[in-house]
Amino acid sequence: MPRSVPVTVTVNGSAHEREVEPRTLLVHFLREELDLTGVHIGCESTLCGACTVHLNGRAVKSCTVLAVQADGQEVTTIEGLAADANNLHPLQVGFWEKHGLQCGYCTPGMIMAAKQLLDDNPNPTEDEIREAIDGNICRCTGYQQIVDAVQHAAEAAGAA
Amino acid sequence: MVTFRPNSVGKAIKRREDPRLIRGLGTYTDDVKLPGMTYAAFVRSDFPAGAIRSIDTTAAADHPGVVAAYTYADMDGQVGPSPVGAEMPGMGKADHPLLADGRVLHVGQPVAVVVAETPYAARDAAGLVEVDIEPREAVVDVEAAMAPDAPRVYEELDSNICIQVPVPNPEADKLFEQADQTLSMRLLNQRVAPFPMEGRAICAHWEEGPGKLTIWTSNQAPHFVKQQIAMCLRIPEIRIRAIAPEVGGGFGAKIPTYPEDPLLCWVSRELRRPVKWSETRTENLLGMTHGRGHVEKIDVAFQNDGRVLALKGQTISELGAWRSFYGPFIALSTHTMSCGCYDIRAVAWETFAVYTNTMATEAYRGAGRPEAAYIIERVMDEVAAATGLDPVAVRRRNFVDKDAFPHTTASGAVYDSGDYEKTLDRMIELVGYDDAREAQRQARDDGRLVGIGVAAFTEVCGIGPSGGTAPHQRMGTWESATVRVEPSGNVTVYTGVSPHGQGQETAFAQMASDAFGVGLDDVVVVHGDTDQVQHGVGTFGSRGIAVGGAALHMALTKVHAKATRIAAHHLDAPVDQIDYEDGEFTVSGTDRKLTFRQVAEMAHLWNVAVPGEEPGLEAVARFEPPGTTFPFGAHLCQVEVDPESGQIEIQRYVAVDDFGVVINPMLADGQRIGGVVQGIGQAMWEEVQYDDGGQLLSGTLMDYAVPRAKHFPRMVLDNTVTPTDVNPLGAKGIGELGTIGSTPCVVNAIVDALRPLGITNIDMPAKPERVWQAIQAAASAQ
Repeated sequence: MPRSVPVTVTVNGSAHEREVEPRTLLVHFLREELDLTGVHIGCESTLCGACTVHLNGRAVKSCTVLAVQADGQEVTTIEGLAADANNLHPLQVGFWEKHGLQCGYCTPGMIMAAKQLLDDNPNPTEDEIREAIDGNICRCTGYQQIVDAVQHAAEAAGAA
Repeated sequence: MVTFRPNSVGKAIKRREDPRLIRGLGTYTDDVKLPGMTYAAFVRSDFPAGAIRSIDTTAAADHPGVVAAYTYADMDGQVGPSPVGAEMPGMGKADHPLLADGRVLHVGQPVAVVVAETPYAARDAAGLVEVDIEPREAVVDVEAAMAPDAPRVYEELDSNICIQVPVPNPEADKLFEQADQTLSMRLLNQRVAPFPMEGRAICAHWEEGPGKLTIWTSNQAPHFVKQQIAMCLRIPEIRIRAIAPEVGGGFGAKIPTYPEDPLLCWVSRELRRPVKWSETRTENLLGMTHGRGHVEKIDVAFQNDGRVLALKGQTISELGAWRSFYGPFIALSTHTMSCGCYDIRAVAWETFAVYTNTMATEAYRGAGRPEAAYIIERVMDEVAAATGLDPVAVRRRNFVDKDAFPHTTASGAVYDSGDYEKTLDRMIELVGYDDAREAQRQARDDGRLVGIGVAAFTEVCGIGPSGGTAPHQRMGTWESATVRVEPSGNVTVYTGVSPHGQGQETAFAQMASDAFGVGLDDVVVVHGDTDQVQHGVGTFGSRGIAVGGAALHMALTKVHAKATRIAAHHLDAPVDQIDYEDGEFTVSGTDRKLTFRQVAEMAHLWNVAVPGEEPGLEAVARFEPPGTTFPFGAHLCQVEVDPESGQIEIQRYVAVDDFGVVINPMLADGQRIGGVVQGIGQAMWEEVQYDDGGQLLSGTLMDYAVPRAKHFPRMVLDNTVTPTDVNPLGAKGIGELGTIGSTPCVVNAIVDALRPLGITNIDMPAKPERVWQAIQAAASAQ
């Protein structure tokens, strides 16, 4: 069998130690080893954004990060955004309120990409939102209601 | 019949689906985990046509972690052929094996499957399978494929032409002689990739003990899957459970049961272990059915006042290497819908569906209607240009009058209802059309290439009744719904449609909530599981509400009637004395009443038999549409073309549509914007490309351009309401309208921008390179 290397990754606040093949992609580590199946695979080539997670607070496409690169680092996935159904992140609320999703497959990555935007720029314009999610493909919504969702989240966070 | 009080129906209710999806807690097929799981990887043909000399799986089978490797020889006679669908008298057809049986017909065709303990081991070992293919000349261009001496995709057939359906019309010939003017166009409706964000994924699990097969598959039609696998594996359908869990988009390409579906079921039965496979994006672009792929020729006879008298058209449809469920019918529906929303006196048409050594084509959001709308809406603009009339005026001159419905078109379609002027008027008003044209004139005076495009279109939804294509497809076009009321009064709805983003869990909960006066949280909508829902068809053809919702309406009506009878019995009053409002049954003119929840409890638990009634409160209904619905719309797009680069900026998009009665306007808006963007994707960027030798050039996201957020301005939407009497809801269907209207609308805008340069057509996709070249050619011609 292929050789394995140990990695320890803090995911959604908990440290996880695993032996993985060196070539293991972070997205496979999260999905297969940690059962975090909210991280979706859409293209395996960094181009669709479905697998977007945060690595040390910055959005990355986990299909082109190796698990070993995340060794000793902190990862946040969609599952880590809300403690429970009653404590949704403003972006999750926005996507729900504004119909920012249909099939839902791009949604976790889209929310994590939008989170990066709002972390950097709490009051983005529509153009800035469209630019920020340009690396994330949605085939269902046509994006307009995603823009609305992000605006809703920005307004809610501003009001809070 | 139940009258829905508008507590919920008609309102923008937040989706019931979303709480799980926004937290990453939905279960898509690849998320399914079972003990003892194995993982499959496919070896696919690198050649578009050829004879397989040998396949050597020895190295793959010896690879660490590999469980098995299979080729056609391992399964010959036990399973298959592939469940391809379309059957028509006189069609040229051949069986399609699950794995290549001695020859390959297109790049990406499955040749072998490797099964391993991990996905990585399976992929590694797949690379070790040695396939020796003797290539032969492929036929790729669809028109070249029609030549009598063209290389044949299937050597055993006389021709690559699968179907040829001429519909001559002497009346059209006569009108062409009488007309003031005629024009001819050749229009390409290029191949596109449906590109759902979730590709195909399958998890097959044969359980030897109970003799039961469960397949999770990212599919739009699990009941077809069950039926097709039963045929393929030759086991009774009652031993098969097909589940379409969360499905990450489909757009038509997940209607078919693919060769991989029964194949992996067979593998699981061979291994006595579950097996899972999720395609890569490249596999998706290679091996998921493509959409469109039509070459159309159209001759138009028209008068100097803009009146279109007759059409003579030809559709050549690329079927690809095998006939899909709907491929040939899609080709034919372009003729059916050729008149659009116009009163055209005669239509002659000839349709060809042709095999080539490429991936099969299949339904893709619109499926035949976008091609038809593209033709007639491009025609209307060219008639406007030829007559010097405004494109809007030409459309008005040709509209079917609102008092002329039901209207039978010259191509044989029976339109249910319509008021095209009303919708166009609203669009013109929203846009401020005259001002927009004036601004365009000023921009042109400044040397800018600004274009305004219009499309006024109709399409056909909610296909039925069964009996047309049904016998050949082994399916009906009806839809089922079961409404089960628990003793608590909570309601479960089981629907035959299998949504994958459209939001029927919400729309159907709204209907049940209003019917019985229960809360939205008190309704659960079950779909996509053949063990829970006895029979179903699907959402496709924009049938979700118009057919699935109509079935639900029937079931709700049946349950409501029984609840009324039970209430009457317990209230000791005749049924016709019972009034119902907001969840309460009241004896007319009194304060004696029972709530719906009390009646539900009585129906189940009280040992008081109601004469003539069985205990319980549940009904099954099946809605067979008596006809089809024809939603319509009027769209406008404004673009500006940069003459230096050929880049096109979409500056404005306004859509006014009419899809009858609306259950949830927020969901309807989502369907419309999404559809418009997808249609614009075809108009401007998307194209599946094969080289002359049959190799796929657009196999990754680097080579296949899908629309992204910054391509678009904010769209303006509105709608008018013209109900239909084809179903009890008055709803027409919404899912495909956007793609049907937006594609010609945008191309009309681009051609309008370029018309001052003498350019009269740009083939899709209107890539900057292509537009720039057209501008250069026009400049050098002047």
